[in-house]
Amino acid sequence: METLERIIGQHPFFDGLGSDYAALLASCACNRRFKAGEYILREGNEANEFYLIRSGRVALETFAPQRRPIIVATLADGDILGWSWLLPPHVWKFHAHAVEDTRALALDGKCLRMKCEENHDLGYELLKRFAQIVSQRLEATRFQLLDVYSPKG
Amino acid sequence: MAAVAKLDPMVPPPCAVRQVVKETPDTFTLTLDSPRETQRNGFLPGQFSMLWVFGVGELPISISGDPAQPDRLTYTVRSVGQATHALVSEKVGGSIGVRGPFGTGWPLEAAHGRDVIVVAGGIGLAPLRPVIYHILRHRRQYGRLVLLYGARSPHDLLYRKELASWARQPETQALITVDYGGIAWHGHVGVVTTLFKFARLQPSRSVAMVCGPEIMMRFVTRELQNCGLKRDDIYLSLERNMKCGIGLCGHCQYGPHFICKDGPVFCYESVRPLLEKYEL
Repeated sequence: METLERIIGQHPFFDGLGSDYAALLASCACNRRFKAGEYILREGNEANEFYLIRSGRVALETFAPQRRPIIVATLADGDILGWSWLLPPHVWKFHAHAVEDTRALALDGKCLRMKCEENHDLGYELLKRFAQIVSQRLEATRFQLLDVYSPKG
Repeated sequence: MAAVAKLDPMVPPPCAVRQVVKETPDTFTLTLDSPRETQRNGFLPGQFSMLWVFGVGELPISISGDPAQPDRLTYTVRSVGQATHALVSEKVGGSIGVRGPFGTGWPLEAAHGRDVIVVAGGIGLAPLRPVIYHILRHRRQYGRLVLLYGARSPHDLLYRKELASWARQPETQALITVDYGGIAWHGHVGVVTTLFKFARLQPSRSVAMVCGPEIMMRFVTRELQNCGLKRDDIYLSLERNMKCGIGLCGHCQYGPHFICKDGPVFCYESVRPLLEKYEL
């Protein structure tokens, strides 16, 4: 049977992370499964976890008055869902639902925040990885905002 | 065999419209009978024609059909202005003037034995469709085919049935994304560069062919290089204001190049300094 520590060690997000840190993270982790259509996060709710997606597909969704919900991004195996747990006010900015049956590892944000305060090296390792994800998604969002396929050209 | 006189490249022989297919709310695919010279000599994937809508004007449009069927010419056109609107409004049996084919093609011979990464954005899939037809028809001459295609929304995806069929071909990976999806869309949402992490690439044995809005190609070339592709293994199709199609008028001048004659397909390495210049 795969241990949580092994799953964390093999996830691309934690590539190169030492086994002692993987063990620390595993103590804050649990396996989760979501059925297609099930909501994982709700905008405005407290953000106290993040997910390492192991298989399936998750849609990040927002809404505007008198419009149908809009999916702004999808995430799949190897991706990370959620970084609002890391920064105050620890509140989700989007809804997220499983598009397909999805398996993920949930990491408890409160537990991790505490461990990061106790162990700044672990905090730095995590921040470096999240900064990379934030930077990639910011670039993708800027590209998306350019609306390059618009009829206006 | 009697010699066939070479046609004056400035004369558009009228060609009959055989089929008009609505691809998306504003994009149509027209199939025409080829001029005699094209029936004989064929065309290269990546080349374009000048299409003359009689009484309206002339437009450069990439050929989007199968190079193994030179008796017909297929064009996918987005209706965005008066001339393109007139073009897509043509009825079966109508007539359009066709000059060409003009320009350079995609480097399909140089890609023999290698994996081919096709990256298309929006209507940029049209000039790359002949590449896909060619590779699937000559499967043993190439390694893996990886198609990464991005469109604005699910309604804007071109060639939907073919996309599904290409994805089922052996040694082929077809990944599709849209910039924005509705709740009913179950596919990937995100810009085309977000597909790279799902693509199974072997950069050292790959050639990339990219077509889409120029700004999209800038993002894509950066991503391809991040994946390990060399600049001279990346090819782009560029577009400017093509008029004569044979490098005489200078309307499509791009630095030292004429897009109509030296392009539209260029090696990224040869045009990189120009792509980085403002307002060129």
